Amino acid sequence: MSAFRARPMTKITASAALVLLMVLLPLLNITIPGVFPGATYTPGTLQLLAYAMLIAALALSYHLLFGLAGMLSFGHALFFAAGAYGLGIVLRNFSPSWLPAGATFVASILITVLIGFVLAALVGSVSLRVTGISFAMVTLAFAQAGSVVVRRNPGGQTGGDEGLTLDVSHVPDALVGVLNTRNLYWLSLAVLVTVYLVVLWVEKSRAGHVVAATRENELRVRVIGIRPYFVRLLIFSIAGALAALAGAAFLLLQSGVSPRVATPDFTLTLLVIVVLGGVGLRWGAVLGALVYTLLDQRLTALAGSEFIAGLPDILRIPLSQPLFILGTLFILVVLFLPGGLAGLTRRNRRPQRPRARGRERMLDSEETT
Amino acid sequence: MSTIVLLLITGLGLGALYFLVASGLSLIYGLMGVLNFAHGSFLTIGAFIGWEVARRLSDGSWWALVAAMLTGAVVGALVAAATEFFLIRRLYNRHIEQVLVTVGLALASVALFEGIWGTDPTYVTSPSWLGQTTEILGARIPNNRFMLILVAVLVLVAIVLFLKFTRYGLIVRAGVENRLMVTALGIDVRRAFTLVFAIGGAAAGLGGVLASIYYGYVSAHIGGSLLIFAFIVTVIGGLGSLAGAAIASVLVAVLQQFANFYLGGTGDLAVVLALAAVLLLRPRGLMGAKA
Amino acid sequence: MSTTSRTNILTVRNLYGRIEGQQVVEDVSFDVPDTGVTALLGRNGVGKTSTIKSILGLIDRTGAITLAGRRVDRLPTHKVVQLGVGYVPEDREVFGKLSVAENLKLAERSAHPNRALVEELFPDLVQRHAQLAGTLSGGQQQMVSLARALLNQNRLLLVDEPTKGLSPKIVTEVTQALLAAAKTVPILLVEQNLQVIRQLADRVVVLSGGRVVFTGEAAELLDDPERIQRYLGVHSGADHSSTDHSNTEQVPA
Repeated sequence: MSAFRARPMTKITASAALVLLMVLLPLLNITIPGVFPGATYTPGTLQLLAYAMLIAALALSYHLLFGLAGMLSFGHALFFAAGAYGLGIVLRNFSPSWLPAGATFVASILITVLIGFVLAALVGSVSLRVTGISFAMVTLAFAQAGSVVVRRNPGGQTGGDEGLTLDVSHVPDALVGVLNTRNLYWLSLAVLVTVYLVVLWVEKSRAGHVVAATRENELRVRVIGIRPYFVRLLIFSIAGALAALAGAAFLLLQSGVSPRVATPDFTLTLLVIVVLGGVGLRWGAVLGALVYTLLDQRLTALAGSEFIAGLPDILRIPLSQPLFILGTLFILVVLFLPGGLAGLTRRNRRPQRPRARGRERMLDSEETT
Repeated sequence: MSTIVLLLITGLGLGALYFLVASGLSLIYGLMGVLNFAHGSFLTIGAFIGWEVARRLSDGSWWALVAAMLTGAVVGALVAAATEFFLIRRLYNRHIEQVLVTVGLALASVALFEGIWGTDPTYVTSPSWLGQTTEILGARIPNNRFMLILVAVLVLVAIVLFLKFTRYGLIVRAGVENRLMVTALGIDVRRAFTLVFAIGGAAAGLGGVLASIYYGYVSAHIGGSLLIFAFIVTVIGGLGSLAGAAIASVLVAVLQQFANFYLGGTGDLAVVLALAAVLLLRPRGLMGAKA
Repeated sequence: MSTTSRTNILTVRNLYGRIEGQQVVEDVSFDVPDTGVTALLGRNGVGKTSTIKSILGLIDRTGAITLAGRRVDRLPTHKVVQLGVGYVPEDREVFGKLSVAENLKLAERSAHPNRALVEELFPDLVQRHAQLAGTLSGGQQQMVSLARALLNQNRLLLVDEPTKGLSPKIVTEVTQALLAAAKTVPILLVEQNLQVIRQLADRVVVLSGGRVVFTGEAAELLDDPERIQRYLGVHSGADHSSTDHSNTEQVPA
């Protein structure tokens, strides 16, 4: 283990190489049958990958809440939806004559992220008055309220059940249309990297350390005179802003947004992703998002295939429901793979030392002396 | 006046549905600390199978309805007990993982229901009297509201009698207060866990059949949408308090009806605001015990 | 370990206990003979309550615990208790929202509980059977807690600080009840009040730093002021009753 810690440069180099590969992907012609719908330069594959990266960015922001701070929120979709719908509404209504079109676009995105931050601060200021399970339920209630508002179509702004279509008049041409999927892919990658770096920065910051300490032992933090409430609220708000950023990019990528992203079910999906990848690990969240999105896409394709249609009912019905398979997979991970997929690779690295036993031995030998 | 009566009684009817879901949630949380996201699925499966039975017996007769309600309750109880036994118990005392498992179960089961019964609502036929109205103080009240209220009251009474006068009821009440001390008296509290899940599942399954009368249809999402309000009810009432759940069910549903009528269909938002207000003023809920 | 030839109802070997990963009992070994009262002593926070809880499996434990010749260290709490252990916890832990009668009924493990003994020892409880236990005084709650243990036929009683925070009159009553119980069942007693220990204990086991530092006849320790000072941090002598009860043990419940 120390060998891995002693070489942080290797890690940075590897990450940089990975990002570089992702940057170059649209220029390459790689075909992985069964994983991607086509070669890597085709719009279909790029769209899917961009989608997966935005979900990864969203999962990373959720990781700040659940993985770092230990806050089990069921309302995170609210801020993603705020980003997607927010940008759509801002773009439609915000067109000051004194700003050039490009600047209006950038300003709209900044405004949207700010909306996400403020909304999260408001929701958080109420929800964080309670902890644990109550907190989970309260955030769920807020998300439900958000979902209801979106469906109600207040002032004709959200489009109700139909959803909202992107108004492209202030969007740079390079980000519009199927032919520009490549640019949207790069934009999504940039969002993912940005979110990753912000999450990294938050984790290494003082607030990050405090909130992680609060997760382990709230009392100890209170003793040194810090009120966990405000640190948690800060983290909650930052996570909201990051989710809004991912949501804004999502709107651009999809040229619209449907009320599905505002539902509590969407937050549950996020939770599934983070747990699937491995709670508490940044790249676990990213891995979980990629695996989940690709699986979801492939399973949906599989569900419509002739092979499935030819099966008897008892196999056909469950297999044609991607969420059934994903939900079952998730249950199995929770039951048998506490560290998620990331934990799986870690375990393979040190197979001789299962976690619980190792800890026990450590306690016996060190702490009793 | 007649509008107020209508809103009140309709609110009570909806509150009855909330209570049938929230009572189980509250008992389960109180005794085991488990937030059960799969509770909505107990309701949905109870409703689907209950109506499958009713349809095979006869469409729209009273005894088919009674059969549906009994079937719904039994199916709900069995599925809930199996959930506790095969999934929850393996994660004893790991509350976050227990929540996660129920989340997974909720997602998977709703998908499965969609696979079996389709994504469109299945319309149900109940006795014609339930579709008619009765006039009270000038208000024309749909008759099914009375049945909802009656059944919920019966369930409340039955649960109270169980808690008050049976040994397992005693164990549950003691366990809600101090689970470890119950085991320290030599009692295997896990049996009470399964039982509480079964009771909650029965109430939910029964609630599923009634909910489909209230809405006129069954769908794979009927449980999930009621579950969210049941969560709000349990928080407002105070986690783990049955009386709190009963009172909050009525308050929330009546508030929702009035806000929907007088404040331009803002019932759902009013409920969330009420939740926020309760949390600001009384974080433990109306009848909640100490954390 | 044992210095006597009597048989032991309970033997504890290399017991370790943990609460949320934190070591609270470290390598504790001692015996409890099958008659009389064995007092488990030590300064505050030394792990006495945690030792009792480890024996019952109320906290995570490893080590060898033998009750009446049977290993119980892998059994869940209710199984250990069913083998014949009565437990009177620190701070009494009665069910406040249950009536006195319900508290007692819950504790009955057999079809023929020893109600007569309880009614004889605590006549007050008979009168108050319908009262909610949460509304009782501390002394009355301790009676309920003791009665819950004495109702059953036990092989061993684990009694944790039964006189804590009680008035002198109640302390006397509790002591009498325990003396009566000790005639029929061996007791492992955690207690801070030296006066009570003097009246009840036959043998003592002293913990320090989570480990056993002294085992022997009660008199051997109690007649040695220097040892009492060193092991328990209190002065023996005339001011028995002022033995500090305000400092509760620093063991998370």
